[in-house]
Amino acid sequence: MVKITIDGRPIEVTESTTILQAAKLLNISIPTLCHHPKLTPFGGCRLCIVEVKGMPKPVTACTTTVSNGMEVTTYSPYLEELRKTVLELILSDHPNDCMVCEQAGSCKLQDLAYDYGIRENRYEGERRIYPNRDGNPFIERDLEKCILCGRCVKVCDEVQGVEAIDFGYRGFRSKICTNYEEDLECEFCGQCVSVCPTGALTGKQWKKKGRKGGQVEVETTCPYCGTGCNITAHVKENEILKITSKEQTWNEGWLCVKGRFGYRFVQSPERLKRPLIKRNGKFEEASWDEALDHVARRLSEIKEKHGADSIGGLSSARCTNEENYAFQKLIRAGIGTNNVDHCARL
Amino acid sequence: MQKNNIEIRVCMGTGGIASGGAEVLDAFRREIESSGIRASVRENCSTHRVGCRGLCAKDVLVDVAIDDEKVTYQYIKPDMVSRIVKEHVLENTPVTEWTVGEEYHNFHKKQVKVVLSDCGRLDPESIDDYIAADGYEAARNVFTSWTPEQVIAEMKASGLRGRGGAGFPTGTKWELARANVNDDKYIVCNADEGDPGAFMDRAVIEGNPHSVIEGMLIGAFAIGSKKGYVYIRAEYPLAVDRLRLAIREATERGFLGKKIFGSELDFEIAVKLGAGAFVCGEETALIASIEGQRGMPRSKPPFPVNKGLWQKPTVINNVETLANIPYIMRKGATWFASYGTEKSKGTKVFALTGKIMNTGLIEVPMGITLQEIIYDIGGGIEGGKKLKAVQTGGPSGGCIPADMLDLNVDYESLAKVGSIVGSGGMIVLNEDDCMVNMAKYFIQFTQEESCGKCVPCRVGTKRLLEIMERVTTGQGKESDLELLEALSASIKVTSLCGLGQTAPNPVLSTLKYFREEFEAHIRDKKCPAKVCKELIIYSVIEDACKGCGACLRACPAGAITGEKKKPHRIDPEICIRCGACFDVCKFKSVGRD
Repeated sequence: MVKITIDGRPIEVTESTTILQAAKLLNISIPTLCHHPKLTPFGGCRLCIVEVKGMPKPVTACTTTVSNGMEVTTYSPYLEELRKTVLELILSDHPNDCMVCEQAGSCKLQDLAYDYGIRENRYEGERRIYPNRDGNPFIERDLEKCILCGRCVKVCDEVQGVEAIDFGYRGFRSKICTNYEEDLECEFCGQCVSVCPTGALTGKQWKKKGRKGGQVEVETTCPYCGTGCNITAHVKENEILKITSKEQTWNEGWLCVKGRFGYRFVQSPERLKRPLIKRNGKFEEASWDEALDHVARRLSEIKEKHGADSIGGLSSARCTNEENYAFQKLIRAGIGTNNVDHCARL
Repeated sequence: MQKNNIEIRVCMGTGGIASGGAEVLDAFRREIESSGIRASVRENCSTHRVGCRGLCAKDVLVDVAIDDEKVTYQYIKPDMVSRIVKEHVLENTPVTEWTVGEEYHNFHKKQVKVVLSDCGRLDPESIDDYIAADGYEAARNVFTSWTPEQVIAEMKASGLRGRGGAGFPTGTKWELARANVNDDKYIVCNADEGDPGAFMDRAVIEGNPHSVIEGMLIGAFAIGSKKGYVYIRAEYPLAVDRLRLAIREATERGFLGKKIFGSELDFEIAVKLGAGAFVCGEETALIASIEGQRGMPRSKPPFPVNKGLWQKPTVINNVETLANIPYIMRKGATWFASYGTEKSKGTKVFALTGKIMNTGLIEVPMGITLQEIIYDIGGGIEGGKKLKAVQTGGPSGGCIPADMLDLNVDYESLAKVGSIVGSGGMIVLNEDDCMVNMAKYFIQFTQEESCGKCVPCRVGTKRLLEIMERVTTGQGKESDLELLEALSASIKVTSLCGLGQTAPNPVLSTLKYFREEFEAHIRDKKCPAKVCKELIIYSVIEDACKGCGACLRACPAGAITGEKKKPHRIDPEICIRCGACFDVCKFKSVGRD
């Protein structure tokens, strides 16, 4: 264990702790843009610079690990001036269009600009202009809003293991590129969208559906597979606008393409909402009681006439573990056959 | 007189080859064969290709040594060879009209050659040449009768500091790596020389690759490494070829490989080519590049000596640093430390370029004055013009004004005046150079070479460049000077790696010493050196104009009008300020303001 003080407050932490993590334990918040707690430190945005007694110049809190007796200062007029300059530089190469930006209200850059009161910018200059050309149905990439924090690159590499994107070019023209700068072609898990701190990466499905505010967040479980990721449905006027997942969930906020983007079936007019029974060659709506009674009666008749092994049950990966357990119990104990299987077994 | 030994050495570094060195060497070989000398003195007549000896401006340089009496020729072309062979080699009368003059000797007089001592003397493509000059003796001694601790102590006693720019003590670096117990450690030679105008490392590898390999061997022994890498730019094809050949030859002789010099120790060297990114000279970016990642630096600590290549302890030494080591181990730390100043020991190689008479590669003892370098070695300023400043350290360095000529060239003295020794670029500027434009050039360079990872470097240098562009095109505002200073200070403090942290130095040091030039650009919209073309106005001096029409014909923009034998006129609205009229006028009747 290592003893340090941050802004005069003592704390004891393990050796591998970074200054940023230690500060968080003390509820001291240090501004960051490129940092993400689940990804390896990057040290690119330079906003988390802090002063450490004995060091000749400020260091980044996200990359510097603690050492015994360290005395850290997170706020001083000097540091704030440096941070403000960094923010001005970022904003000098960022479209000033928060009014129409999808991310407004949940944009870290916007929040920081607000915190530091940046309206005039001493460093106005050329902005990078890129055409928008991705044809995929899921992810909108607006590279002009990209601040090159590298979070998308890291999540794609470190969490998803896909490595669909990386840094390309040098200097001011540096940008996040796909292979050979072709259209994005990946799993479309959207993890990059979930970690982007600005409006550079957004979901096409919730474009113009409304920004933060007026939405209800409903915590639920993803229905796609037995993994059962915790998801948050952002609902407005009884319509799901988007799906996200929170860091505190057991799935650590990570989702796949189905969980993140495959929610529109909920509102589909073709969706089955009531049981159907085929009568005279035509499906007719029925009540649940009617349907269950019908199934129970037919199963009993078939078992009587042909034996239990003439019946088989096939369950679904979209059911929960508990549902699947109950289903095999029904087939094995209720019907009396081992003819039970599951679509994910293969 | 019976000739016992005839040696002909032809300069064949990149400069020598570009000037036709290969053809000259061929011509010598043909002449010697046909003249019958080969038959009379047999193997005692030899022709050699040798590396750069510094004064590239006078290539092709050829040494003809007969029984140790050496005569050096300059500007040699293949058709001059037969006369040299006939008159000098056969008849013992040197062709004096082609031999080097006094400036060649002056160029060398104040130099002290350690790293370059065998460059220009040995054939870089022959391990036997190197061995004959005591090569690999130091490594053999170290491997057979020294302990790693003794080697480290010797290095520390020598006072050798990293020649790549930062000047970190080499012995200490080795000691830190030695202290890290790990089965896998690496020693990396940083040959990613990227400063504009710098060619020190290139010349060392082209001229004496074995000295670098031997330095790595000794380093590997000291820190306990089995594997080394040379990270070298792909833009140095000759250096790469000679290095690969040298590694192959050294491996064949058992100097690299398993059980070196009969010890239980193994060491091998791999060559890794860089793809032309300046930032890969930064050690953490270099490591990323060897690992197959994009060359982007990461924060330090951890330092490479603790966590470097593949997360293992790694020592990264510059080419020149490594090339010093065999000589230090051969001649002793005390000998090496007898050169230089108290804190900067030994010699330093510089690439002397710019508006100087003797452009080339020099090696001088640390602490020599700028005056000695520029006037004694460099032969003064080109065209008898006035010295304005010396730029050292390339894009990370600064400029030193002409009135500081008695400044000692060493790590501390240069840092004190706001510049650095750097990797060894030294650009001489005269009254025709615009300091603002020069600073703009370097900022443009660092901006283009920024890896893009951190904001201050990626965007900050872009904004610096834009301000500099404003100033040099007459759009500058009074407040720009303050903005330049504020932004520079911020970039220096907040950038992630050395590239960004030093990028504003050229701007800051020119602001410090040549502020009035900035002010002239901003306030008077004038470029005092007449370099920034947007600020130059060309006009015809009517009294002097003879109306010859030369300017009219030369003008590519059609901005000049006038009848024959009557004063012409330049329309400033159409003029593109190319200066063609100024250059072509024989009567000095085009004014430049």
